[in-house]
Amino acid sequence: MGEIDLGTVNWARAQFTLTVMYHWLFVPITLGLSVLCAFFETIYVRTGKQEWKNLTKFWMTLFGINFAIGVATGIIIEFEFGTNWSNYSWMVGDIFGAPLAIEGIAAFFLETTFFAIMFFGWERASKGFHLFSTWMVAIGSSLSALWILIANGWMQLPVGMVFNPDSARFEMQNFWEIVFSPVAVAKFTHTTTSSFVVGSCFVIAVSSWYLLKGRHVEMAKKSIAVASVFGLLAGIATAVTGDESAFANGRYQPMKMAAYEGLYEGSNGADIVALGLLTSGKRLGDGQEPFAFEITIPKGLSLMAKRELNAFVPGIKDIVYGNEAEGIMPTADKIAQGKIAIAALAAYKAADKAGDDTAKAAALERFTANQAYMGFGYLDSPEEIVPPVATVYYSFHYMVYAGSAILLLMLLLIRSTLKGTLADQKVLQVFGVMSFFLMLLSSEFGWVVAEVGRQPWAIQDMLPVKMATTNIASGHVTATFFIFLILFTALLIAEIKIMLKQIQIGPEGV
Amino acid sequence: MIGNLDTTTLQQIWWIICSVVGALFLALNFVQGGQTLLWQVAKTETEKSLIINSLGRKWELTFTTLVLFGGALFAAFPLFYATSFGGAYWVWMLILFSFVIQAVSYEYRKKPNNFLGAKTYELFLFINGSVGILLIGAAIGTFFTGSNFTLNDYNNVNWTTEFRGLEAAFSLFNLSMGLFLVFNARSLGSMYLVNNIDFDGVPELETRLRKACLISFLCSLPFLLYVLISFVFMDGYGTDANGVVSLVANKYIGNLLAMPLVLGMLLVGLFLVIIGVTRTALGNGTSGIWFGGPGTVLVGLAILFTAAFNNTAFYPSKVDLQSSLTIYNASSSHYTLTVMTYVAMLIPGVVAYVAYVWHVMDFRKIGAADLRDKKAY
Ligand code: HDD
Ligand code: HEM
Ligand code: HEM
Repeated sequence: MGEIDLGTVNWARAQFTLTVMYHWLFVPITLGLSVLCAFFETIYVRTGKQEWKNLTKFWMTLFGINFAIGVATGIIIEFEFGTNWSNYSWMVGDIFGAPLAIEGIAAFFLETTFFAIMFFGWERASKGFHLFSTWMVAIGSSLSALWILIANGWMQLPVGMVFNPDSARFEMQNFWEIVFSPVAVAKFTHTTTSSFVVGSCFVIAVSSWYLLKGRHVEMAKKSIAVASVFGLLAGIATAVTGDESAFANGRYQPMKMAAYEGLYEGSNGADIVALGLLTSGKRLGDGQEPFAFEITIPKGLSLMAKRELNAFVPGIKDIVYGNEAEGIMPTADKIAQGKIAIAALAAYKAADKAGDDTAKAAALERFTANQAYMGFGYLDSPEEIVPPVATVYYSFHYMVYAGSAILLLMLLLIRSTLKGTLADQKVLQVFGVMSFFLMLLSSEFGWVVAEVGRQPWAIQDMLPVKMATTNIASGHVTATFFIFLILFTALLIAEIKIMLKQIQIGPEGV
Repeated sequence: MIGNLDTTTLQQIWWIICSVVGALFLALNFVQGGQTLLWQVAKTETEKSLIINSLGRKWELTFTTLVLFGGALFAAFPLFYATSFGGAYWVWMLILFSFVIQAVSYEYRKKPNNFLGAKTYELFLFINGSVGILLIGAAIGTFFTGSNFTLNDYNNVNWTTEFRGLEAAFSLFNLSMGLFLVFNARSLGSMYLVNNIDFDGVPELETRLRKACLISFLCSLPFLLYVLISFVFMDGYGTDANGVVSLVANKYIGNLLAMPLVLGMLLVGLFLVIIGVTRTALGNGTSGIWFGGPGTVLVGLAILFTAAFNNTAFYPSKVDLQSSLTIYNASSSHYTLTVMTYVAMLIPGVVAYVAYVWHVMDFRKIGAADLRDKKAY
């Protein structure tokens, strides 16, 4: 397949990471805030009270500011699969293109069409139709999450397809298997519910700031009342679906799980690390203890990964070097088989060109026998399948701590709201302001767990990232990386400045 | 039932669907055209705001149609998606940048404390409407003039110039296609604005817009003529029964003559555009856009059908003819095309609710009163 330019690979990765992480600064706010706006407006329509209308309009203004930059950062990613990952796009486009196209047809048009009514239609549409439009924007947002996450879920667990040796690409066989894959379901539920938490925290943070300043107190209290209840429910759902995601990792991506748990040696009844510091500089097989310090919960990991206290959970070592007793094949053997498959495919192609049917049949047989591990054939060493452990370990643990802490905050906010003491509780308000930033970070870190944790694979066990790129000199990709960096940063600064200004102006200004 | 269609039929259906989305995009480019008119026709802040707010209720539609165009090509013709986007890297990147800066500009232009200043956002809109559309036109031009790439046995693209697609802009044909689209977008933009704005209190704006429609149309004519004349004389990339690609003399005029329906679309489309222009520029009617828009759709369809049907390679390679892409060798599998065809049945529903919402929003024209709304751009 020609020479791989690692410079191109790394810049393409950097660029994808940059663009997608920028996009993700705005998307969870869109997902959460759109639903909250729909709640607010529903209350307005039910009660007919002007104050709820003003409140709805205020949050919609902030929504619009966020939405614009969310859209701006999204379009790039959609085309980046082609520009920077063109080999990937060809190899799996038969499967991966479909959800992206469906997202366009079934979600983006809903969002953008009804956005016009939600934003400008107060005087032009009836009350009922306006409310309907606001709900359509919320539903459209969640639908766009659905389809993109099905696409992403498929990369983590490639189901419903076969490799076609004639076209040398993967082809779709069962659409529903892809849509309802357990990973896609876990991804969609966990990502949307966690984004609802982020959206709630956005409302809570702005409102808490008003309370601290003693401005717009009534509006702030009303907003917090709705957002904290929604946030609590969404937060509980986040924990449940997060656990479900981990369970899916245990079954389908054990290496990712081993990495985010810092588990080098597998065992029966494995403990889970509740709090721990990794030994810095530890490498596989260097004999160092994985943890410099740890507090564990006995058998917790087996319970999370396998739903059984004494089940075996494989560690990094087991997966890399194999574990006969547990039936885990050494990676070196998979690599060897993969290389046979790749060679057989080349022979198959050559025989096809030469019109030699016997050689073709023989090559196909060799290929079929070994193709299960074809992706491994592109790897150079078994250790290559270990992702950066520290990055995913800390990201994961931060996410879990934040997810637990936020439940407590929501409960406290609800209690103070019920007791009517919220306006006086400065400490709680300070935490309210902070909550948004902590949760947004948590959300970004969740993606680091999911995406860095599956390295080196672009498609789990099938296509390593380094085989997925476009054949292009790295200078081009470096150039576009920096253009994105400058452009997106400028736009982000603009967005933040505008947002802060609008918050300062407050609900009277809208 | 769709599953019973043979692959060839599905491939053709999908080229038609992609073409419809692409042609709709070209008609919806009235937004981009309007953006490039801004500085020229609006002399006061009120006039500017009227234009921005009128376009601002539609820009997302154009944008999303572009996104869908990309998605549909990815799903139906993944080899084209991989080859063109990965190969002609810079063309697509620049197009995308021009849409990124567009997406924030409406919302941020008038907001206090907006960091870059209103003028910058207006410049962003101008760049999107000019450079963006020009490059899209040039990219469409390469469907006829060909590109510099080879595909290996595994269909990985190798681009043979270091310009990564920008060389397309050095062809007179591609440039003409691009400039035609830019100026056509401007005439469409003025037709739309004349239709959408309530000129009570700003009569000069109306006059200027009507004049701009005529001028833009006249500017687009030489480029259109160049494209049409080239169609008559240029060689094209034809395929034989075995899929072997070769240069065929006068291929594209041949395609048009072989497919009278497509020729008819082209002629009727151009005729409708002209009616749109005369209604807007020479009369004082407001219905021009209802002719110019559909006319542009028909012209767009005719161009895209000419590029791909009648045994033609729609994404030809100049350097290795056999690497050229046809709708038959670049498509998804039968299964995926079937699934996507079911999904495509949603499109009429989407068009219906878009039309309904559009009706609700445009029932009353945009006037000075709308600018007082705090949400106004
Ligand atoms: C506010 C955000 C937030 C919070 C509080 C949590 N998560 Fe999360 N998590 C996400 C936001 C997120 C995310 C951004 O939505 C991710 C990234 C990819 C995905 O599917 O969801 C994610 C991924 C993710 C993954 C990796 C999934 C994969 O690789 O496919 C696991 C195992 C968990 N989470 C588990 C948890 C647990 C046990 C939590 C405990 C409460 C938790 N998350 C809280
Ligand atoms: C990495 C792959 C992704 C791609 C290719 C992508 C693509 C896009 C595109 C093209 C848009 C603009 C759509 C328009 O025309 O309005 C957009 C916006 C959006 N995307 Fe993404 N996106 C990605 C990741 C995600 C994820 C993971 C989610 C949700 C879980 C998501 C949710 C949204 C939402 C809700 C919007 C609406 C605008 C906003 O962000 O505020 N996207 N995306
Ligand atoms: C919006 C939330 C997302 C975030 C924050 C995110 C984050 C990341 C990060 C950090 C990487 C780099 C990993 C590395 O190179 O070490 C990455 C890579 C990648 N992600 Fe995601 N991701 C997101 C959603 C998605 C979605 C929805 C898709 C697919 C539909 C996707 C597809 C990819 C691809 C193709 C790569 C490049 C290959 C690779 O480096 O693994 N990502 N992402």
